[in-house]
Amino acid sequence: MSLVAFKPLELLTQLIEILVALAVAPLLTGWVNQCRAWLANRRAPSLWLPYDNIRKLFEKEAVLAAGASPLFRVAPYIVFATMVLAAGIIPSMGTRLPLVAAADAIALVGLFATARVFLSLAAMDVGTAFGTLGARREMMVGFLAEPALLMVIFVASLISATTALPAIAEHLATQSLGLYPSLAFTAVAFTLVLLAENARIPVDNPATHLELTMIHEAMLLEYSARHLALMEWASHLRLFNYACIGFALFIPWGVATGTVGPLALAFAVPVLAAKLVLAGAGLALIETVSAKLRVMRAPEFLATAFLFAVLGLLVHVLLRA
Amino acid sequence: MLTAPLDLQLLNACAALLLLLSFAMLSQRRIVSLVNLLIVQGAVLTCATLLLAWRTGQSHLYVSAALTLGLKVVFLPWLLHRLIRRLEVYWDTEPLLNVSGTMLVGILTVVFAFALAQPITQLAATTMRSGIGIAIAVVLLAFLMMITRRKAMSQVVGFLSMENGLFFGAMSATYGMPMVVELGIALDVLVAVLVLGVFFFQIREQFDSLDLHHLESLRERQ
Repeated sequence: MSLVAFKPLELLTQLIEILVALAVAPLLTGWVNQCRAWLANRRAPSLWLPYDNIRKLFEKEAVLAAGASPLFRVAPYIVFATMVLAAGIIPSMGTRLPLVAAADAIALVGLFATARVFLSLAAMDVGTAFGTLGARREMMVGFLAEPALLMVIFVASLISATTALPAIAEHLATQSLGLYPSLAFTAVAFTLVLLAENARIPVDNPATHLELTMIHEAMLLEYSARHLALMEWASHLRLFNYACIGFALFIPWGVATGTVGPLALAFAVPVLAAKLVLAGAGLALIETVSAKLRVMRAPEFLATAFLFAVLGLLVHVLLRA
Repeated sequence: MLTAPLDLQLLNACAALLLLLSFAMLSQRRIVSLVNLLIVQGAVLTCATLLLAWRTGQSHLYVSAALTLGLKVVFLPWLLHRLIRRLEVYWDTEPLLNVSGTMLVGILTVVFAFALAQPITQLAATTMRSGIGIAIAVVLLAFLMMITRRKAMSQVVGFLSMENGLFFGAMSATYGMPMVVELGIALDVLVAVLVLGVFFFQIREQFDSLDLHHLESLRERQ
């Protein structure tokens, strides 16, 4: 399938999908933060705070560390671009969009890995202790989370006999309802991976700047202004993307499956919004009831995720369920 | 994917849950939680037995379900909880292998069990035949738990979990064992746990601990 074969209407739809993702991603983070504040009985920050932050950072003047190489300056753009591309590939609103067919789930995992590698390299680039520490921890979490994520995708692929995310979503959305223990297990595994990959609470605390415990924030310490804004926007997008992968794999109902035009999204976008509201509240709940793990316990946490995914695979192979 | 009838789906879900609970037990270090997991495993087993009894119309399975409920969900866990309180053992020491390592060995065990069950599954004619692999896996995982634990209490829990696996295996392969055998096994398990309970006190009297590796030094003391 080449891009040329698509009609301009479909390209327009694709563009809308990416723009919606860009616009909604900070809102999702804001929503999760608001829910967390409510659950902790605090006064909630504004839903629009992430937008204000990004706008504020774009207006500031960028400061670079003395020893920063070009890699340090390029990394935010690369990380942001990968996340935008991923948002285009994931069938969050429609399964028959031009970019959606461009890569399958495994390539998508590779995209996330690319972003992670550049983020870590940039963090090590300046040579501060915290950047290196954060990068090392991020790589540790990443190399344990990736097999679990791939295993989750393999289970869904085995069930629908394809690794293409849109085909998986379509298959699961159209088949009859039933109890699938394998999918339930992999859904748990995916949730654990999502928590780890997005620096959420059991593995990392997104709100902390306490030196010894942070992972994601430690890598961003040297960034300022527009670079930091892009990095933060990219991390909002990453959360959004992971949520959308989860929807495509486990609750694909409501995604536009037929021929697409901007009108088809009129139904898909509200459904996606409803799912995001629920998922965000759920995420906040998980984060509120669980405590931050020691860093050395993170491998155990991710081993559990891997175990759940493998169990899902084994149960599927044995029980055909 | 073909959609199976609802009761079969529920049975499959029960089988999957049993496997999951075995892994949960393998990773659990607190003995109190271990016994609670055993209760849940017994409850899931009871549900599976009831579902199978309802599906196949085999009335003796109802008796088995009642037996499982009475013995493995109510009486034995109550006994174990009492023992834990009396002996004041709440934690197992660090298992011989760390948790992630045990989990990986567990996964390999399950793969082995499934491979082992493949030919048996093809021979069996019951609706639950795919449960045989899970049953063997549960038995082997319970073995693994008994091997990697030091405290006597966790080993007894492993022993009971193994019995659960055997029961589930018999259920999936032939719709349960004959009543006489089943009653015999139930009595066996009951007596075994009672006797082991007495042993616990003896072991602790002797060594001030329930750590079984102390038993290795028994000969030298004579």
